[in-house]
Amino acid sequence: MANPEVKGDDYQVQYEPASSTVYFKGDITLGSPKEYVPIVKLLDQAANADPDTLTLNVKELAFLNSSGISMLSKFVLGMKKKKGTQLVVLGGKKVPWQGKSLKNLERLLPGLKLVVE
Amino acid sequence: MSQIFGEFIEEFPLEHESLELSFTSSSRPIEERWRNNRLSAYFVANYFSTFLPIDENPDRREDRIEATRNTVSYVGNELLENAMKSNEENNHNKVKFGIHFLEEFEKVTAVIFTENSITTQKAREFQAFIRELLDADPNELYVQQIEKTAESEDSEASGLGLLTAINDYSAKLGWKFEIAPSNPQIVIVTTMAQVVV
Repeated sequence: MANPEVKGDDYQVQYEPASSTVYFKGDITLGSPKEYVPIVKLLDQAANADPDTLTLNVKELAFLNSSGISMLSKFVLGMKKKKGTQLVVLGGKKVPWQGKSLKNLERLLPGLKLVVE
Repeated sequence: MSQIFGEFIEEFPLEHESLELSFTSSSRPIEERWRNNRLSAYFVANYFSTFLPIDENPDRREDRIEATRNTVSYVGNELLENAMKSNEENNHNKVKFGIHFLEEFEKVTAVIFTENSITTQKAREFQAFIRELLDADPNELYVQQIEKTAESEDSEASGLGLLTAINDYSAKLGWKFEIAPSNPQIVIVTTMAQVVV
């Protein structure tokens, strides 16, 4: 069965249950929290599987607007309740916004493992 | 009469590079035009990066261009999204979006701006938020705004675009509010973000 995913013209978010990883790719600049709901649902699906480690791989996410940062921030904050899951956010140094903005997520969830490589 | 908040440049040097785009309201819904915000931000960012001073080291130049494109496109997209969302479209008020290139010795500053129209009521609410933003510790305000909206799927942390511009891109923000000459119920707001690139 194909992995669950949310796709738009310029982006793709895919959940791979076998590795407990959610991959974000492309440019995500949706206009409202309502439009982000399908992505939130996909993230919740991944979190509700209660894996030991859940990885959000954003290395190929070239652009994320502040509504997207808000969505991601809220999800990360919600992971405080999931004590049994280690959340890992995997970013890339080549994408300048990630070096600047991903560190904010650590402030919301001190146990978060942020890897920007 | 106009009101200024934050760090706002009213007079630019006579000879400097700048670019301004103008959007008229359209019969098509804002959702269908949404992608244009990012495309316009990319366009302005690419345009701007061609004026960066030549660096003898090609790798360093490439890195600087990439970092500049990222900064200008992120901050530009946020300003334009805000302007499009809040624009009072009933009177066919235009939204303007652009950039000024300022160079002083080795320091290059991108001055990104938007202009749009809002009601006097919205202007008062926006000014109250601006005062909060200018008085607060922006890092703490970011966490507070996320926590405030955490339980609700439909709401988003307000002002997050401006907060991330300040926190993550060290942007200096400024605003000008003026009553529209054609209608005293409408306020023209110019938002300006200065980022050193």
